Amino acid sequence: MTTSQHEISDEIAKIQADSPRGAPLLDFPPYRSTLLRHPTKDLQLVDPEGAELLAPVFGHSDVDPVESDLTIQRGGEPIGERIRVHGRVLDGDGRPVRRQLVEIWQANAAGRYSHQGDQHPAPLDPFFTGVGRCLTDDDGWYSFTSIKPGPYPWRNHHNAWRPAHIHFSLFGTDFTQRLITQMYFPGDQLLALDPIAQSITSPADLERLIASYDHSQSEHEWLLGYRWDIVLTGSHATYLEPTDD
Amino acid sequence: MTEATPGQTVGPFFHHALAYPGDAELVPFGAAGSVVLHGYVYDGSGDVVPDAMIEIRQADASGVVPAIGGSLRRRGHGFTGWGRCCTDFAGHYWFSTVEPGAPFFAVTVFARGLLDRLFTRIYLPGADLDGLTATREADGRLRFDIHLQGPSETPFFTFPRS
Repeated sequence: MTTSQHEISDEIAKIQADSPRGAPLLDFPPYRSTLLRHPTKDLQLVDPEGAELLAPVFGHSDVDPVESDLTIQRGGEPIGERIRVHGRVLDGDGRPVRRQLVEIWQANAAGRYSHQGDQHPAPLDPFFTGVGRCLTDDDGWYSFTSIKPGPYPWRNHHNAWRPAHIHFSLFGTDFTQRLITQMYFPGDQLLALDPIAQSITSPADLERLIASYDHSQSEHEWLLGYRWDIVLTGSHATYLEPTDD
Repeated sequence: MTEATPGQTVGPFFHHALAYPGDAELVPFGAAGSVVLHGYVYDGSGDVVPDAMIEIRQADASGVVPAIGGSLRRRGHGFTGWGRCCTDFAGHYWFSTVEPGAPFFAVTVFARGLLDRLFTRIYLPGADLDGLTATREADGRLRFDIHLQGPSETPFFTFPRS
């Protein structure tokens, strides 16, 4: 008999009571695959040097503008609820991250990835790969047109379901700002049950991963808009800049 | 300072999104002056990790960290100093690159089961930093294994503002 959701939720609640934290705990047993994959020693605090002070640069030669629309990549209309997800990428001091790469990937409307390893018996969509890229603009804005991903089961425990999410890969201006994370949708009842989301043991910090519905981006008879802003860690290149507070 | 957006695991299904042709070839494989940097990723029981992704950032041979685009669509000219490699079924990663004219490669590690990215460094042979130094193999390749956990656990870093 595999572990039940009730047991997993109990484990999560105990850890959260002991150590509320804004960054995910790497050692988080309710997500079973972390057991042998989390470092056991403390991370070493070091001052970045050399290549760590400069993120890779991506330009218009790297990204075709059509890559930001996941609904037009395969010559037909993918099935599902058409959405736009937009927002800003900011650094830890509130400055926009300009002209930088954003990569996303997601399941289709039925909760199936276009990945050979995904064996979930839900239909693939011949018109949807679920993969997109764009560059932020001069104010740090990104925008993707896509299909709302479906939730899907996984094998962490009995009757385990991932909440609907879009994976985001981000770069800042320093190499040290590298971030891969997941964006969730508002009102998803699966979030409270999910060991991956709940590895962020402080509820206020988990909120940072949840997009908000944005009616100003919704289009008449066409799609629904969501807004999600991303804040990277602080840049070291500007570390000595004076501040007022 | 604003609070940073938390990370989440890269999950199991990232290859079709993040891998791309030439991702691990900062310079073409076998090019004059090139070197192969490679190794295996292991978990705490010594098993290989076939669903990890490694990224490197580095200076060029003269020690300059390049700030030019072109990493996603490499055109055979211009060294961008950045590359990405998903481990294969054997937990193996490799890059074709140049030896930096600087002491180390900056490295980021992602994997299923790893809830946030890890940073480390790969120093060139001779640095003699425990757990952070590549070895030179008989055929000239640089070898560096990454241990997420266990007796040979790789030292991982955090930076003052992260």
